[in-house]
Amino acid sequence: MLFDGLSFTLAAGAAGLVAGPNGVGKSSLIRIAAGLLRPDGGTIDHPPTRALMAETHAFDPARRLIDALAFWTSLDADPSRARARASDALAAVELSAIAEVPVRLLSTGQRRRAALARVVASGATLWLLDEPANGLDVASVAVLERLIARHRAEGGIALVATHMPLALPNAHMIVLPC
Amino acid sequence: MLTLILRDLRIGWASGGIVNALAFFLLVTILFPFAVGPDTVLLARIGGGVIWAAALLAALMPVERLIGPDSDSGVLDQLAVRGMSLSSVAAAKIVAHWLGFGPPLMLAAVIAAGLLGLPLATLATVEMGLLIGTPGLAALAVATSALVTGLRGAGSVAGLVMLPLAVPLLIFGAGSIAGGGGDAGTSALKLLGAVSLLLLAGAPFVAGAAMRSAME
Repeated sequence: MLFDGLSFTLAAGAAGLVAGPNGVGKSSLIRIAAGLLRPDGGTIDHPPTRALMAETHAFDPARRLIDALAFWTSLDADPSRARARASDALAAVELSAIAEVPVRLLSTGQRRRAALARVVASGATLWLLDEPANGLDVASVAVLERLIARHRAEGGIALVATHMPLALPNAHMIVLPC
Repeated sequence: MLTLILRDLRIGWASGGIVNALAFFLLVTILFPFAVGPDTVLLARIGGGVIWAAALLAALMPVERLIGPDSDSGVLDQLAVRGMSLSSVAAAKIVAHWLGFGPPLMLAAVIAAGLLGLPLATLATVEMGLLIGTPGLAALAVATSALVTGLRGAGSVAGLVMLPLAVPLLIFGAGSIAGGGGDAGTSALKLLGAVSLLLLAGAPFVAGAAMRSAME
């Protein structure tokens, strides 16, 4: 058992910050919220659309970044604008310059930003971010904070698990017991 | 669905999996005459069975790469978060795997038939059998791939899991040749169709459940 008796609600525009040391179940909580893990007990109510940024990047290594991202955006709502949304999202994470580069040549930080771009492009209400600041440089962390703030301003919700300091104004702290 | 099928086809082609399986298939059929000797009468008689056995082994080649990489790289997670059922993901993978494996194998069987000196009538029966049997074989490959995902030595376990389950396909596929054009051949083809349909109907759910349990 990782944790029990956990209960929280995030309203539109809110953010949840899951904190705690390694191995306490932060990633598991995110995966439960994403519907990838079944909780032993309890229920999860979630908005109809969710987007997940996990440890794995899930892009086809051989494809160009824009194509790899457009594959995912074409699975989201409104497939006709898939490519446009993919390139907008790449611009948002400041990766437009390397849109034509194959994914396998990207650095760890660039892949993380590409994974963030997939979340941005999804248009989902609930963002589930698992250690989103891992591998990012200072400037990219600022971009991440700005994107989360914009998403919340538009009525979105973010649930963020991180052990790094992230500026999330008025975030609901979710502390998992050790 | 279509997006997924196209993606899998592209990966199958780019990774060389399709070409490898076909080359393996042709190699096995070429090796047989070396093993049993250049007796044309004998080769024409056993040739159909040889093609079926080679097809089965060739189907085993790409099994490790059908689901494993997608599970490791988080592609399945991302599909599941988008609300896609893993059974339909498995169905898409079966279609893509068959498209990249079935028709090319049927073409390669023509070459193999030439190498083994099969009569034209036997070749026609073999092609009909492959057309009916390969969808079942593709379904079995995807289900097996999902079942062994995450295991150590997945490739060798896959062989042990898949080959016994493929025996009915082999029996009725080769049986349709032994039965010739007569009633025995036709009923073997019908039974082959039944086995193939059964595998096709069950595999997406088995594979979907296996992918889900690998996720948890």
